[in-house]
Amino acid sequence: MGSFLVLFILIPIVNLMISSDANTIISNLLDPNVLSAIWVSVYAALTATVIALIFGVPLAFILARHDFQGKGFIESIIDVPIVIPHTVSGIALLLVFTSSGVLGAPLGKLGLTFTNALPGVIIAMLFVSSSFVVNSAREGFESVDPRLENVARTLGSSPLKTFFVISLPLSLRSIVVGSIMCWARAISEFGSIIILAYYPLAASTLIYQRFVDFGLSESTPVAIILISLCLALFIVVRVLIKGWKTYDKN
Amino acid sequence: MIRIEDLSKDWKEFKLKHINLEVEDGEYFIILGPSGAGKSMLLELIAGMWTPDSGKIYMNQREVTLLPPEDRGVGFVYQDYMLFPHKTVWENIAFGLQIRRINKNEIQEKIDEMMEVFNISHLAYRLPRTLSGGEQQRTALARALIINPKVMLMDEPLGALDRKIRESLIKELKNVHQKFDTTIIHVTHNFDEAIALADRIAIMNNGQISQVGDSTEIFRHPKDKFVADFVGVENIFAGFAREGDGKPTVIDTGNISIYSVEKREGDVHVTVRPEDITLSLAKVTTSARNVFEGQIKEIIDQGALIKLTIDVGEPLVVFLTRQSFLDMELNIGKVIWTYFKATAVHLF
Repeated sequence: MGSFLVLFILIPIVNLMISSDANTIISNLLDPNVLSAIWVSVYAALTATVIALIFGVPLAFILARHDFQGKGFIESIIDVPIVIPHTVSGIALLLVFTSSGVLGAPLGKLGLTFTNALPGVIIAMLFVSSSFVVNSAREGFESVDPRLENVARTLGSSPLKTFFVISLPLSLRSIVVGSIMCWARAISEFGSIIILAYYPLAASTLIYQRFVDFGLSESTPVAIILISLCLALFIVVRVLIKGWKTYDKN
Repeated sequence: MIRIEDLSKDWKEFKLKHINLEVEDGEYFIILGPSGAGKSMLLELIAGMWTPDSGKIYMNQREVTLLPPEDRGVGFVYQDYMLFPHKTVWENIAFGLQIRRINKNEIQEKIDEMMEVFNISHLAYRLPRTLSGGEQQRTALARALIINPKVMLMDEPLGALDRKIRESLIKELKNVHQKFDTTIIHVTHNFDEAIALADRIAIMNNGQISQVGDSTEIFRHPKDKFVADFVGVENIFAGFAREGDGKPTVIDTGNISIYSVEKREGDVHVTVRPEDITLSLAKVTTSARNVFEGQIKEIIDQGALIKLTIDVGEPLVVFLTRQSFLDMELNIGKVIWTYFKATAVHLF
């Protein structure tokens, strides 16, 4: 009984990995369209992760350290993108970020267009993946005893300095793990990307396009390349979680 | 000098109500109270980690009520020391100096000196998790003292240690107090610690200060029932102990000499539990080393037990049952003999 779910997940993945021969995969890896799609995915996901870090880490610190009215509301908002269908996220984003949208119009004046452009891919990814950074960083900060920060303050350290030399280094592992999860989640995003920014083609969009236009055999090699990338990231996360030196344990 | 005026703070289950305190320069001041009394919050308020709801805090005549902790110049030692786990012993101690941008040679010099004082030079490049409790405490003290704080604030600094190490660290704290000539405010729920270390003690309960005074005052004249119950110790005398070779230690209180089997030298406190003292109307020969004649000064009926205070040179409190009290026909002014063994005398 217990093995059902494990096999249910494992069999399709393993089957996919062996369903294309090496030559096809290599020729796909040399295909500029595939390379550019993977580049769009990796680059946009990285940018989304950096943005999530810049805005998510301070938010996580506040959520970890302070109690205030409406905190539960803010926590729920951060988690909402996880529960709504990604195509719905895409439509919601499109309405706001189209050139006449509430955010699209003013940002358009600054030269930023989102529909069918790289920034569109980035914000679609950001929308669905930023909660990984916030939640993981928050867990990290919560594991740091605030009294360590208090002691640093009495020794002459300002709040900002204390954050950078005490709180941040001690929760770095959680933040890094959260970032990689965020990046992996961003790379695998599809639903909101095809609605907001079909072009430039991201890897997940390219797989869909090839499947629709040419069928299974054309989309499989790209799928294998993408899943290998995601699995590699996932393995890095697991290794980091296990191997990262923690200071409180022997 | 630290002066606290009418300080109040209400936060979750903690409440401080109208605290007034004055701590003199160079004083070893202990705040003694049960857990949940608000002692730690008071200490953290003095350090600037909280903003009070009302009231004022002064350090050296200057108001610091709203000053952030980094501008107060206080040292803080927590019960579990709160050493920065990602920094070595050396880096922990250097922290306060590095923030002050002192030049490197001077930092190294000061740290060497401080590590020598605390005998932790050999631990310089170890991480805190590899240290014993005592080593962690000495590192935490060094880290706090190196910035020359106006006052050292210590929150249950001995609470995490077992009894044996605790005694040696009490000595350590005494030395620190003398050597650095610093003002110390030390929070504890343990009155052995308070008696051993404090110049003055404040008893705290339920967010309020019940009584402030030196140990003798507090133990002899508890101001209210809470203080009396909390300190709960009868027969505490201060004295000077001398060890005899293979013989019991003799403690001279100034009025009487008491024998104890515990080995100590110098200034000590002596306690004898009232139930360890026996009485007789005429002198009898017993194995008890301590024999004193005295006059009954006070008789308090506590129901099943009668509490007598007998002046034997020091006021000695003895409990006896109602039956023996009636059998012996005791009354105020009557002279009787008291006996207790050298093994029943506790020194600290």
